[in-house]
Amino acid sequence: MSRIGVAFDKARADGRALLVGCMPAGFPSVEGSIAAMTAMVEAGVDVIEVEIPYSDPVMDGPVIQKASDIALAGGVRTADTLRIVEAVAATGAPVVTMTYWNPIERYGVDVFARDLAAAGGTGLITPDLIPDEADEWLAASDAHGLDRTFLVSPSSTDARVAMTVEHCRGFVYATAVMGVTGARSRTSDAAPTLVSRVREFTDLPVGVGLGVGTGAQASTVAGYADGVIVGSALVRCLLDAPSEADGLAALRTLSAELAEGVRTPTR
Amino acid sequence: MSADALAPVAGPQPDSTGHFGRFGGRFVPEALVAALDELDGAWRTAIADESFRAEFGALLRDYAGTPSLLYEARRFSAKVGARVLLKREDLNHTGAHKVRNVLGQALLTKRMGKTRVIAETGAGQHGVATATAAALFDLECVVYMGEVDTERQALNVARMRMLGATVVPVTTGSRTLKDAMNEAMRDWVANVDETHYLIGTAAGPHPFPAMVRDFVRGIGDEARQQCLDLTGGLPDAVTACVGGGSNALGIFHAFVGDPDVRLYGFEAGGDGVTTSRHAASITGGSAGVLHGARTYVLQDADGQTLESHSISAGLDYPGVGPEHAWLHDSGRANYLPVTDDEAMAAFELLCRTEGIIPAIESAHALAGTVTLAPKLAAELGREPTIVVNLSGRGDKDVHTAGDYFGILDKER
Ligand SMILES: Cc1ncc(COP(=O)(O)O)c(C=O)c1O
Repeated sequence: MSRIGVAFDKARADGRALLVGCMPAGFPSVEGSIAAMTAMVEAGVDVIEVEIPYSDPVMDGPVIQKASDIALAGGVRTADTLRIVEAVAATGAPVVTMTYWNPIERYGVDVFARDLAAAGGTGLITPDLIPDEADEWLAASDAHGLDRTFLVSPSSTDARVAMTVEHCRGFVYATAVMGVTGARSRTSDAAPTLVSRVREFTDLPVGVGLGVGTGAQASTVAGYADGVIVGSALVRCLLDAPSEADGLAALRTLSAELAEGVRTPTR
Repeated sequence: MSADALAPVAGPQPDSTGHFGRFGGRFVPEALVAALDELDGAWRTAIADESFRAEFGALLRDYAGTPSLLYEARRFSAKVGARVLLKREDLNHTGAHKVRNVLGQALLTKRMGKTRVIAETGAGQHGVATATAAALFDLECVVYMGEVDTERQALNVARMRMLGATVVPVTTGSRTLKDAMNEAMRDWVANVDETHYLIGTAAGPHPFPAMVRDFVRGIGDEARQQCLDLTGGLPDAVTACVGGGSNALGIFHAFVGDPDVRLYGFEAGGDGVTTSRHAASITGGSAGVLHGARTYVLQDADGQTLESHSISAGLDYPGVGPEHAWLHDSGRANYLPVTDDEAMAAFELLCRTEGIIPAIESAHALAGTVTLAPKLAAELGREPTIVVNLSGRGDKDVHTAGDYFGILDKER
């Protein structure tokens, strides 16, 4: 079983959900993102999701777009992402990479899989790669022992949910709303239904993302999902802060609040 | 002729999941797959339906003003050294080939029971065409346009608003067409139940490339017959400009099965493909994934999309439709870059010889034809016949061209 699978199992045994925290690599700088991700782990985030910044992130809302733009303007390269993965994996937390497909195709799918595995990454979350187009990635992830997280959506038919989860390894990503990343004031009504539909087809853990930003929301989602995935709300801590130190402090506070939320599931 | 612009014809088709060889497909969030499947189903049903085809044909004839003329440009021909026949898409309602695509997709939107259309636009031509169709079909219309473009194309912004559309300036990324397309995709993911994303060219995820191509392929069907009627034979070459690729595929499709007809697509070479300032995705880019399909893309060593540059806003896009990528690899069509300066020289030549002000996009096809003609004449040992897709008119470009030629009076 993958390292993420082990972590999910342990959380299940403890009667809580896993907290997955997402940050773009190289935001606000390569060293700054390592510091931010390390602070998140120290404050109780279980799994770090390192997003490879991309010029055309169609699944991301304004907050992550802005952070990605800052990272790219700072000159971050795909190879830097691997360095960040390696540094954060050294904390002991599982590190998964989220990426749009073109940077991986450009790097070389098999070569990237090899280098990600060597850096200690557990696998990829692929927001614009569906299993239908993923032959090369399926082969490379098998060859290098990496997890594959494809997304399911409220609009997915049962047939597509079944097909998609069959190709997943590690965990399944359920997008809570029809929309892009970004914290929302209300959690989704569609998510619990989607999670139970996924469970009809797989025993893999299910993480829910899109729109979660507070401890209370994390607690609600932890009531029906195995993982709570938070991105924009964490990124905003750094974007809005007057200084990097203030940003890290805000990031620790929110991480701790979310960590408390996933430990007190609303049932 | 346009009574059944969708009648089945022989010609290249993608596989059932939208691949043209290694290109095309669907590189999209799972959330959009249901909508793409719905669209694909609606599209297949519609083209098999006589009443849909009749309705589309009637709109093309009575509203858009097609079939467009095939005009023998004698004075231009004499300068160029070829018998040049212009497919006058510039005379269509709204001034370009794009009206064919928007009418088709708007009809389909109605059939799917959707009430809202969204579109991306660069120069504003596709935005204006979409706003036009939305007015005609009583659909809500939102057009995403890069902030840089809303400033460059203020008149088209006003045209869209006059037609009742909402224009949303996009302030992310490079604030141009590719970012407008990203923003439209984000809107679509969030509002897919009632919204159709009316993509403006033969690009994007399956079924858009093949569907858009089919809506505009009447251009080539008409031109082929018109050329036969006028000259008694097929042309030696067919030429078009290539942005996303819709007008080029629209005219190529009918000729792909004619082995003696050479197909030429002219890309925007900007300052030259050896510089970093161009929009020639095939001749100056490499295979990658952008906006839902695998195709040729302008990208850096890490797969980040590069900004494109062209004097023509309608060609200023760092990708190209996947069918062109495939026609290029298969060798069936030839793709060559045309610089800004070459395009503007041909723009001026057409103005002065024929009294026709072309769109700057179409001027790229004219410029490519100017270069091609003597080569083809030498190869054939006679004067060649070349059909050029004059995809649009230049009214929208008067300011840009006036600037380029330095003929605008200083503001008083
Ligand atoms: C007149 C005209 N021709 C050509 C194009 C380029 O698009 P495509 O390559 O899809 O034909 C445009 C786009 O705005 C246009 O307005």
